[in-house]
Amino acid sequence: LTHGAGGRATAQLLDTLFKPAFANEWLAQGNDQALFSVPPGRLVMSTDAHVVAPLFFPGGDIGSLAVHGTINDVAMSGARPLHLAASFILEEGLPLADLARIVASLAQAARDAGVAVVTGDTKVVERGKGDGVFITTTGIGVVPDGLLISGDQARPGDAILINGTLGDHGIAILSQRAHLGFETVLQSDSAALHGLVADMIAAVPEIHCLRDPTRGGLATTLNELAHQSGVGMRIHEAAIPLQPAVIAACELLGLDPLYSANEGKLVAICPAAQAETLLATMRRHPLGTQAAIIGEVVADPLHFVQLRTRFGGERLLDWLTGEQLPRIC
Amino acid sequence: MNGERLRVRGLVQGVGFRPTVWRLAQELGLCGDVRNDGEGVLIRLQAATSETLDQFCTRLQAECPPLARIDAIERAPLTEPLHATSFTISASDHSAIHTGIVADAATCPACLAEIRDPRNRRYRYAFTNCTHCGPRLSIINSLPYDRAGTSMAAFPMCAQCQAEYRDPADRRFHAQPNACPACGPQLWLADASGQRLDSAHWGAVDALAAASQRLAAGQILAIKGIGSFHLVCDAGNAAAVATLRQRKQREAKPLALMARDLDVIRRWAHLSEREAACLRSPAAPIVLLQRRTDADAESLAPALAPGQSTLGLMLPSSPLHHLLLADWERPLVMTSANRSNEPPCTDNADALRRLTGIADLWLLHDRDISNRVDDSVWRDLDGAPRPLRRARGDAPAPLPLPSGFATSPPLLALGGELKNTVCLLRDGAAILSQHLGDLDDAPTARAYRDTLARYAQLFEHRPTMLAVDAHPDYHSSQFGRTWAARDGLRLIEVQHHHAHLASVLADNDWPLDGGAVLGVIFDGLGWGADGTFWGGEWLLGDYRQVERVAHLRPAALLGGAQAIREPWRNLLARLEDAGGWAHWCDCYSDVAVIQQLAAHPLTAPLRQLLAHGLNAPLSSSAGRLFDAVAAALGISAERLQYEGQAAIELEALATLAGEINAADGYPLALAQAVDPVVLDPAPLWAPLFTDLQCGATRSAIAARFHRGLIRAVIQTSTQLATRYAVKTIVLSGGVWQNRLMLEGVAAGLRQAGWQVLMHRRVPANDGGLALGQACVAAAAAVS
Ligand SMILES: [Fe+3]
Ligand SMILES: [Mg+2]
Ligand SMILES: [Zn+2]
Ligand SMILES: [Zn+2]
Repeated sequence: LTHGAGGRATAQLLDTLFKPAFANEWLAQGNDQALFSVPPGRLVMSTDAHVVAPLFFPGGDIGSLAVHGTINDVAMSGARPLHLAASFILEEGLPLADLARIVASLAQAARDAGVAVVTGDTKVVERGKGDGVFITTTGIGVVPDGLLISGDQARPGDAILINGTLGDHGIAILSQRAHLGFETVLQSDSAALHGLVADMIAAVPEIHCLRDPTRGGLATTLNELAHQSGVGMRIHEAAIPLQPAVIAACELLGLDPLYSANEGKLVAICPAAQAETLLATMRRHPLGTQAAIIGEVVADPLHFVQLRTRFGGERLLDWLTGEQLPRIC
Repeated sequence: MNGERLRVRGLVQGVGFRPTVWRLAQELGLCGDVRNDGEGVLIRLQAATSETLDQFCTRLQAECPPLARIDAIERAPLTEPLHATSFTISASDHSAIHTGIVADAATCPACLAEIRDPRNRRYRYAFTNCTHCGPRLSIINSLPYDRAGTSMAAFPMCAQCQAEYRDPADRRFHAQPNACPACGPQLWLADASGQRLDSAHWGAVDALAAASQRLAAGQILAIKGIGSFHLVCDAGNAAAVATLRQRKQREAKPLALMARDLDVIRRWAHLSEREAACLRSPAAPIVLLQRRTDADAESLAPALAPGQSTLGLMLPSSPLHHLLLADWERPLVMTSANRSNEPPCTDNADALRRLTGIADLWLLHDRDISNRVDDSVWRDLDGAPRPLRRARGDAPAPLPLPSGFATSPPLLALGGELKNTVCLLRDGAAILSQHLGDLDDAPTARAYRDTLARYAQLFEHRPTMLAVDAHPDYHSSQFGRTWAARDGLRLIEVQHHHAHLASVLADNDWPLDGGAVLGVIFDGLGWGADGTFWGGEWLLGDYRQVERVAHLRPAALLGGAQAIREPWRNLLARLEDAGGWAHWCDCYSDVAVIQQLAAHPLTAPLRQLLAHGLNAPLSSSAGRLFDAVAAALGISAERLQYEGQAAIELEALATLAGEINAADGYPLALAQAVDPVVLDPAPLWAPLFTDLQCGATRSAIAARFHRGLIRAVIQTSTQLATRYAVKTIVLSGGVWQNRLMLEGVAAGLRQAGWQVLMHRRVPANDGGLALGQACVAAAAAVS
């Protein structure tokens, strides 16, 4: 891929690579915008810039990730995702074959999710000014009237559920980056969750919060929700689903799976009375077979998220800035 | 007639000061009055001659009551005549409380005599106290310091206690926790499930005697003391100690011991005059004592302090403990009552809930613990007792600040992450809180917030500035940043080792404008100004600023915090750095630790991790160097069981070796062409592994490592101090709790002509960090 060949090269790229991959009626309109009518309900919109190294990882690549990430953000409002927009920033020197693979993967992920990429853009930047590919996707969706799913709705007594094992994406990526060996058994959990969400809402419309624990992991997401709702949270280490390979890799890496990224997980908070119904619904869906009730919302003016450890201790899961820096003196 | 107004400053309230003044005035025939006020104690006197007034002042200093501390007596002539015909104690003025809350104090001889006297109404009464002893911080809820503001509020005094309380000639005059069996708190026994036992079941004169019998039978008791709960068992009963360890999930961390008197202690530990004095001080701390190797090995359980050459011993600090230990010819284990990594319990219900399954029997009482205060820990190092943990008996006595800080605005320093204490600054004094614990533990983090609120109220303190550690993620730092942003307070982020340096300066009354010193800060780990982790630093500077002029050569922490828990990771990183892992495998394949590392399933992936720089942050930590050497000797080979274990056991091993010639120390290399200068430990590995290969004893190797590091630190410090023309070298950071290091380095530096300053009243570890943070912030505020 070369930079500076002007509009003609980019146009060629669009015609040969992107348009065939995404082919749909809105793109076929041939305009600089997609025109569509909207079903009844409230619209939600979300955007996400996707950056990942390596671009290809076990269980996915930046293309599929860019679809799942944004669809999930839309879905966490309870919405049915309608359409996606995608824009690509490509670094000069990126092998065309890699680009083709990424675009195909993105298109396939969108098709699998039943959500069309209706508009997009592409820019090529000089070598050294990008990390291969950056993809920004924007999604819109529609929330049925009557649903109120929001980060500020958690109430003391509510149950906290997760749809499966934690840390898979973050640890798979790290393992791949350093060739630690776990990549052979570990895959990213990257997946679109709107189907699961639809089942959950149908079974338990009283769900209070949904959020995907992506960067920063479960601990960060729970801290966000605790602050937004003005409550505390207690979770139980023994109840948290973890893959043995993730446990082993975290032991090696000195990382906490509760702070590691997920791309196909959601945290659900609902009234305790509906928790078992919700759990059963989640477990019936392919993306929720390992779902679990992992804790409860509590009244706490300090808004602590605390972990009851296997040994009976109460560890504070603080809101960390980023990397898991050692704090022991 | 001569009249004078005496202003007495210091720790003079709630400690029997006014009765002493009253008695002296009576004896010298002086008229006038005395009162407590916001600045301390105010005395107005009239006397026939000024000599009598001089005499009064001299005797006041000389006969100052045991818990009082006079910082200053300011004398001025009375502005108007008194016309008094007697000497009276006037009502206190609570307008502005600016005098300290004193620390809890061990039972005084007079109270002790009472509880041992069958004819006394306080015979065997566990809550006996007076103005010279007893609980203070542990029972106070609010100001003013009177009974209503303490957890004694629930116990109205009987007529006899009232009479003592009101009599200026009585040592219980205004003793707020004054109590007797008729009106005060009561003790009872409860079974393992917390069910209160009928006294008919005790089969002894009282609950304490029954508790003592059960201990002798090998049971484990949870005992509610003055400031916290303890788990107690017979230290001579190996089975009981093993059961306690197993139930508490505390495999190796040393257990504190309490012994009836110094004679009992002397049977198992070497005891100097200074150490004896420290044990017997009103603070009555745990003192780490050198264990006697000639003691009857069978007489104490082997698992009290595995791998250590010291025992942590204390004397009884309350009547309850005196009575419990009265018949014991050997020590009792007296360890804080918590499961590992949790703060000790404070209230009955909480303790019963959290300690279920640990205690066979409970000794409880009905007075609340208002502030949890753990046992303090001291160690005699380089000619003086020095605190390792400052809590019961030490906090919150104010520490006067060095000159230059008087104009500091009120500010609060929020401390570190582990071993946290907080420090508030006001009126030229620092109030350093009791040891609060590790903030990654949720109950401790809650107690931390409560303590901050409690201290703010007790000291009527409203900070205009906050000081925090520069670490991005310390709980205390995050809390401070949020607080400062919310309330618009000035926030100062203090680099960890700068705070250590300022802490030791303040601990030695180093003036604000005392000039630059060279700080050798040997520590665990702190966030450095350059985004790596520091901990083996030579810092040049003062309260205002420091420059990193030298450091230990950094090594990778393989797996971040995991490298701290697993010392062998540090060894692997060091060897990889010093010539490459393959070299060590080739040359020392017959050394057991190399074979173990080579066979370890994580060695290969960890080397991958290092090669890719994945969660392998660099650190110049001295503590991690100790860990690496300890790992080479097979100490805590897989995983540490408590913080600092590897370094402590390494020191214990080196101590066994006795005197080592300085020339026998392992070499380190000083690279001076770089700025900052780098001290590289890499050269020590070849002779160390050769020693291992030749079958040298572990203690000899540990000693040679200490000796070499001591020599290298002396050399490096001497060169730097010469280059930068400073005369004073200060030592701070957790590594200086190591006796060999502290005494060796200090002696060498003094011999070379430098003034050496080390900690005296606050810990060298992170327990003293908040004092340093506060002083750095104050320095920024006043200049
Ligand atoms: Fe430190
Ligand atoms: Mg987003
Ligand atoms: Zn007394
Ligand atoms: Zn009484």
